[in-house]
Order: sequence, then C-alpha cells, then structure tokens
Amino acid sequence: MNAPGLYIHIPFCRSKCHYCSFYSTTSLDLAENFLDALRREMDIYRTSFPGFDTIYIGGGTPSVLSIENLETILDGAANRFTVDSRAEITVEVNPADIDLIGLKALRNMGINRINIGAQSFDEDILKFLGRRHNRREALSALTAVERAGFDNIGMDLIYGVPGQEITSWTDTLRLALSFNPAHLSCYQLTVEPETPLGIRQAKGEIFLPDEETLADLFFQTSGITEKAGYIHYEVSNFARNLELQSRHNQKYWDHTPYLGLGPAAHSFDGCRRWWNYPSLPAYIKDLEKETPPVAASETLADEQLRLEALFLGLRTKSGIRLQDYKLRYGYDLLSEKAEIISLLAERGLVKIKNGCLKPTLVGMAVADSLALI
Amino acid sequence: MKNIRNFSIIAHIDHGKSTLADRLIQYTGVSDARTFKNQVLDNMEIERERGITIKSQAISLPYQGRDGKSYILNLIDTPGHVDFSYEVSRSLASCEGVLILIDAAQGVQAQTLANLYLAMEHDLEIIPVINKIDLPSADVNRVIEQIDRELGLDPDSHLKCSAKEGIGIENILETIVERVPSPRGDPEGPLAALIFDAHYDSFRGTVIHCRIFDGTVKSGNIIRFMYNSATYKVEEVGRFMLSPQKRGSLSAGDVGYIIAGVKTVSDVRTGDTITLDGRPCIQPLPGFREVKPMVFASIYPIASDDYQDLADSLEKYILNDASFVYEKDSSVALGQGFRCGFLGLLHLEIVQERLEREYDLSIILSVPSVRYRFTLKNGTTVKVDNPSHYPDPGSIAGSEEPYIRASMMLPERYLGSVMKLCMEKRGANSTLNYITPERVELTYEMPLAEVIFDFYDRFKSVTQGYGSFDYDLIDYRPSNLVLVDILVNKERVDALSQIVHRERARPRALQACERLKEEIPRQMFKIAIQGTIGSEIIARTTISAFRKDVTAKCYGGDITRKRKLLEKQKKGKKRMKMIGSVSIPQNAFLAVLKSDTD
Repeated sequence: MNAPGLYIHIPFCRSKCHYCSFYSTTSLDLAENFLDALRREMDIYRTSFPGFDTIYIGGGTPSVLSIENLETILDGAANRFTVDSRAEITVEVNPADIDLIGLKALRNMGINRINIGAQSFDEDILKFLGRRHNRREALSALTAVERAGFDNIGMDLIYGVPGQEITSWTDTLRLALSFNPAHLSCYQLTVEPETPLGIRQAKGEIFLPDEETLADLFFQTSGITEKAGYIHYEVSNFARNLELQSRHNQKYWDHTPYLGLGPAAHSFDGCRRWWNYPSLPAYIKDLEKETPPVAASETLADEQLRLEALFLGLRTKSGIRLQDYKLRYGYDLLSEKAEIISLLAERGLVKIKNGCLKPTLVGMAVADSLALI
Repeated sequence: MKNIRNFSIIAHIDHGKSTLADRLIQYTGVSDARTFKNQVLDNMEIERERGITIKSQAISLPYQGRDGKSYILNLIDTPGHVDFSYEVSRSLASCEGVLILIDAAQGVQAQTLANLYLAMEHDLEIIPVINKIDLPSADVNRVIEQIDRELGLDPDSHLKCSAKEGIGIENILETIVERVPSPRGDPEGPLAALIFDAHYDSFRGTVIHCRIFDGTVKSGNIIRFMYNSATYKVEEVGRFMLSPQKRGSLSAGDVGYIIAGVKTVSDVRTGDTITLDGRPCIQPLPGFREVKPMVFASIYPIASDDYQDLADSLEKYILNDASFVYEKDSSVALGQGFRCGFLGLLHLEIVQERLEREYDLSIILSVPSVRYRFTLKNGTTVKVDNPSHYPDPGSIAGSEEPYIRASMMLPERYLGSVMKLCMEKRGANSTLNYITPERVELTYEMPLAEVIFDFYDRFKSVTQGYGSFDYDLIDYRPSNLVLVDILVNKERVDALSQIVHRERARPRALQACERLKEEIPRQMFKIAIQGTIGSEIIARTTISAFRKDVTAKCYGGDITRKRKLLEKQKKGKKRMKMIGSVSIPQNAFLAVLKSDTD
C-alpha cells in the first residue's frame, strides 16, 4: 500500500464565499492558539502515522496566514513525521493574497505545488460566488506563481453557476488552459443548504442549470481539455500528463490512509474514519488537554468499504483494478455483477480493459448511479 | 322480545355515522369517557382513515326508556361500498329499523338514497335524522324539503341532532324505542339465526355474529349451518357490549354472538342460517347467496426473501376475511407469490393495505383480472383468471367473458354522461325507469372486466357522488379476447399481462406504458416500454436516460457523507423490483392498475 497523505485544514478566511460549506472563521484572533493546537495534534498522531509522501495544506484559506506561520506548520510536520524526500507538498492560495516575494518564500520552504483558487475569469461569476478577488488578480496570480519558479501549478475552476452562459464557462476554461497549468480541477457548482447560495436557492431566487445543460457543460469541459492535451482522469480533475495528477487527492480515491489535522478535517486509517469538530474553539479546547478533537468516527464494514471503493474508483478514468478489488474486498465484481456489467458495457457506460473496470466518459457522468449496480 | 330494538344507521360518507354511533354508545353508558376511543365501531385503522366501514359490527346498548322500562337497542353497523353490498343486505335483514342520517349542510346525497332503497327493500322502519345542525352552514329547512321531495318520506318524521356536540341524542334513542317495531318470532320454535358477519379471535376462534329470528340457542347445543350441514357444539353465546358479554342463551329477536369451535371464518357463510341439529327449521332464512370472488390478482413480495412472511401473513389474514381466497402462484419476473380472489377492486385495495400495514409487508400486485372461459379446438373448456395461464392462441376455438347487470340510481341530470360511460364500457341492453321526474333507475348489461377496471370510480365521478351502483353476475358471453403483454427493455413483465377485449388492447396497453413511464425513474440507459399482442407491438413509450448525476466533489476527505447518501439510494433501490436491468418501483405496478380519472 502507498504511504499515507497528510492534510492540514487552515480554518481561516478573510471572507466567506457564497457557495462554500467548509469550516472556517473570518477572525484571525485565534491564529496563535490554532498553531499551538495543531502542534499538539501532530504529537498525538506521531506513532500511528509515522510518514507521509504527500502534504496538502488547504482550508479555509492557507494564504491568509503569514509566511512565518506556514513555515512553522511545515517545520512542525517535518520534525514529527517522516516526509518522503520527493513528497508532493501543496498549498492552496487565494489569488488576492499572493505576491512574488511570498511565493518565492513558499517555494523555499519546500512547497512544490501551488493550487490557485481562481474559480472563474468572469467578473460577474466571481461576484456571484462571493470571491474576494477579481479577474485581473486571478490572471496576475497565475503569472506570479510561474515566475516564482513553480512548475506544478493547479487551478480550481467552477462551472454550472446559475445564469452562466455556456460561453462564459468555455472562455474561462480556454483562458485557464492558455497558461498551460499542470493540473486543473473543474467543479460543477454544488449548492449546499447552509450556505448563502443554498438559502437563496431555497427561497427560489436562483436556479441551477438543468441536467441537460450540466451534462453539456461536463462533456464540453472534457472535450476542450482533452483537445488541449490534458487527461480527464477523474470526474472533476484534469492533468497535463500522468505524472502531474494530484497524488494527494488520489489517496482519497483509492482507500490509501490519510491523516487530516485541523478543525473539521477527516482522517482514514484503512478501516476507520474519524473527523474533528468543525469548530476552532472546540478544537483548541480539546487539544489544550491533549485530547484528540474528534467529533465522531466510524469503522467501516466490508460492505461499506466495497461500496466506497466502487463509487470512488468509478469516478476515475483508470477505474477499478478487478484483481485488487477482489483481493482487498473479497468480492469478485466481474462474476457477481456479470449481467449488469455486460449490459453497461453494451450501452457504452463502462469498459473492461487490462483487468480494470473503467467508466467511459458517458459513464463517468453518471458515476453515482454506476456505483449502485 | 318486546324490549328489544334492532336498528342500523345508514348515511352518505362523512355525514357523521360513526360519530353518532359513538354518541349513542356513550349515552347509554356502555363506554365511559376513560375507555372511549372515538369511532368505536370502525375499529380498524384503515376504516377510520378512509371513513368507511369494511366489516359489519354490532353492539348492544342498554337503555332506560322514558316509560321507565329497560330496553336493549342493538345497533348493527354496515359496510358502505358496492363490493360489500351483499354484507350490507344481510345486516339490514337483521334489523327492524334504520336511522337515515343526513348532513344538515350537505343535504341528501347519493349514498343516502342508495341506502334508503336498500332499507325499503327490507321493509324497515325509516327514521330520518338531520345531523350537524350546529354548523353555521346548516340548512335544516332545505333538508326537510328534500326528505319530502327526494326521499319520499314523511317530513314531519325527522329528528334533529348534532352528534359531535351531543345534541338530540336522547330523543333519537327514545324515537327508536317508539317507532322501530320490536322483533317478532317464536322463542320456543325451531332455531333460525341469520349470520350477518363473523370475526376471528385469536383466543376464542371464530365468533359468529347473528340475529335470532326464531328459537333459542345456548351453550351445549349442537348447531347446524344449513348451507353445508356442518355441525358444531356451542361453547358460548352472548351480546356485544364494548367487549363480548356472555349470556345463558340468545332467543328470538336477539342480536349477539355464538362461539362454537369453528376454525376459521371461511367455514362460516354470511347470510347462512344456523339451526339446531336436533330440531332444525324447515327452511333457511331467505336471501342467502354464496359470495364468490369476482376479481383475481397475484400478490408478490418485493424482496423474494419475504415470501415466507407473506405466506404466514396471508394465513393469518384469511382467518378474518371469508371473502378472500388464495393459492400459490409464481411469476417469471416477480418470483414466488399467490393468486388471490377478491370481491372487487376495493376489497383488493383493502387486502393490500392491510397486508402492508398490519403485517408490515412490501408487496406488488399484478393487474387484476376476471375469470374468462375459453373453448379449445379439442372441445374442452378452460376457465382462466390468470393471464399467465392464457391458452396457446392457436388452440383457442372461442372465448367468453362474464357479464353483469349493473343497476344504477342517479339524478336525471347525469343521465347523459352515465350512458356515455356505460357505452364506453361496452354496455348494452339498457333499461331506463323514471322513479321521480328528477331520479332515474338505469340498468345495463356490461362485461365484468370493464366494471372492475375503473367503472366505479368514474361512475362516482361523473355523477359527482350522487349515483348509486350495484351489480349482479348474469352469464358468460362470447368475446374477442387477446393477451396483452408489457415488455420493459424487451423483458416481459408477466405481472402486467392482461387478458382484454381486442378493441381495448391498444388503449389499455398504451395506458400501461404511459403509467410506467411516469413512475419508473430515469436510469443510466434508455428504457423502452412496449405493449404487445404476441409478437405485434401495439404500444410503446421510452424513458430517456439521464446524462449526469455524479457530484463534483467528495468534500475533501469526507467520503462518509457521500457514501451515506449512496447507501440511502441503494436502500431505496432495494425496495424496487429488478426486471432485467431496470429497477421498477412498487408504485409503478400500482399505477398500472389505477383508474383513469379524468
């Protein structure tokens, strides 16, 4: 099995985006206490998670912390865990927060991958989403990251925004591709109930595009990126080549263990999942007593592991390696589900190639249903 | 006997029959406030919900009259649907009088009349009671006028009450004593007791509900059912108070129960006469009819693992429903199940609902069918009530279907639309009779299959509830029958097969296809739904595939949330039936049966 990944959740944002349901707070008052607590949390897991080959600092908005703070966090991790010398170390940044000096500093402290939360290059869309950066900042951030010497640059984009013209999206996508980023994540907007957008949707003020439009957007996104030479390797993820796929995210999809630190972070050790309180004060309070700030946990039954492996695997282009699936989950998909798999293959939703059950592009678009076979 | 009064209450739905019964019961002190549960007589959950009475019920009310004498008032409650009209007639045959209850705001309605005619047929003393006089919208004068003009009853004979508010209750009881004749009969004569219902008690076995016309019965007697000459030894007799109250004997005029070691209610025939084995009466009481199932359908468990549960539940269910019959059946698409016979579609719905509720089963019903008759080329005749037993079309020399005579009573203004409906349902040989200038009696001969399909609902709808309807089986008549199959993605769903008249085949098939299209959720691939006769496709619809359902993100490392969502969906899918690769929800099967209410 691959080495585990480390995720660190930075629970701060300068402002909350209208669509975001991840935990964060806009006050930095508890930043120092958070750093302390995070250190203690790392101590707790030193023995159970000795080493990592990916680190992902996300949030929240990591870039609202000072360079010194981020360095403290990385050093803290390096001092307590074995970090592979070729580890993929990613930081998410907001285009409004970064400058060349800061980026160079990030590079110097060992960060080798930057993920930019660009989301769109359309001013109206950025406003609708409640982003605090504008198109100009997004574009200059991209240039700055490159100039700082990063070659592994990822970018997050959002499509399927209420009222968005298809061309608004394809323009944003083509512009993003013109920077030739190593990695692109194109997320269809999901409206969560407790967010400002969720509230507006419930009131009937905004409407998501219909399924036909969303399907068109999905297939067009795939077509445009692949034409530009990218690999559409997961429902929402695209890489310039195989090596540039997000190694950290891959762990979520293939049941590799990962440790999540920080409020609301999720962890998985191969059979058990647990998650921290989605509250900075609660997180700090527990760690002051050196108690793990775990809100709840679950141990996965075989059937649950199987279902997870199925739905996660079918989200990826490479699909599910049938022999591995059989060995790891004790279930022979090919013989147990022979009839439905051959029907799905006949209908062009899946294919079996090199011992793998892979979704076709059409199949990937309905991966949730594929997982229910 | 002089102090006994046997009566029933008849009313249009929602005119307050159960509430009035409750008040009478309360007033006479059979139940006190502490044990009182509203609508004592409608004691099945489903009866209370639908506001209809399914089984007959009886209760004896002790009443001290103004004349200072003690009376026993036996209230016999009756079912209120055409499927159970025979049961109603047996209950009314056990009475000497009826209260005809009319809502002061709504006035005379369809069932008021239909029930009135039934009461008249039995020569009962009729007491009109105007209920809900406390309502702001009550129009008592209008109702009094209707009693005169539409019911043809003496308008001065009416009583007024508000069952809800308990107003006028004593007056009703007193009027029952005064006006309902006391029963006649000879307590010393040979026993003649009319069975009007039976229920199953898990401790006592079958409890027979009966009205004694002549003679006396007591524990230790050997009784005989005149229908099949079966004999039983009486263990107990008594009256229905809120709970059964044991008595030494029941004599002419009494309404009560007999427990006699009868194993199941199916051994008891409603309308049969009980007599004493040692001293039988010369002839049975009039009006007995053997109730035969008219409508057949198969029941399957949604999950084939539940087959045994279904079998056990049916075994228990039938203890209490003598008109229900069943036997084993199996379907290629739906697996092991049971072929069942019902009195009509309402009866079928009731059985289905009770199995689901009281026995917590998820079931699927096949399309209901009547019993057809086929003459084969080799000269033999076969009866087929199950489409899967449809004979090889090449071997059929002739086919026949059962016909009924429908008797309908309706306001004249609906005549046109009812006749149109009857014609559409292949009705013929009509007769029309003006009872009053505003009210007509219409009869038609119609195929039973048309009547069970959706006739009753549509009749009620075109007459806005004012029409009453009853039917009798008359004979079998030659018909051009075909077998229509429904295919979902080329797989035949045998539970949806129907034997229909050739003219009906195309519309019926199209309707089934469209209903399925509405009810089957879109899936990952296109679903073709076809109706066929043999290899000929006569109807077709398509459910397009959905193109996108995958969510963008897995919420960082929060796989749990997404998995839980899928687990929920998976559970939902388990409640559907897989036909080939298509998941069909239970509702889709039911929708195909539903009537086409315009």
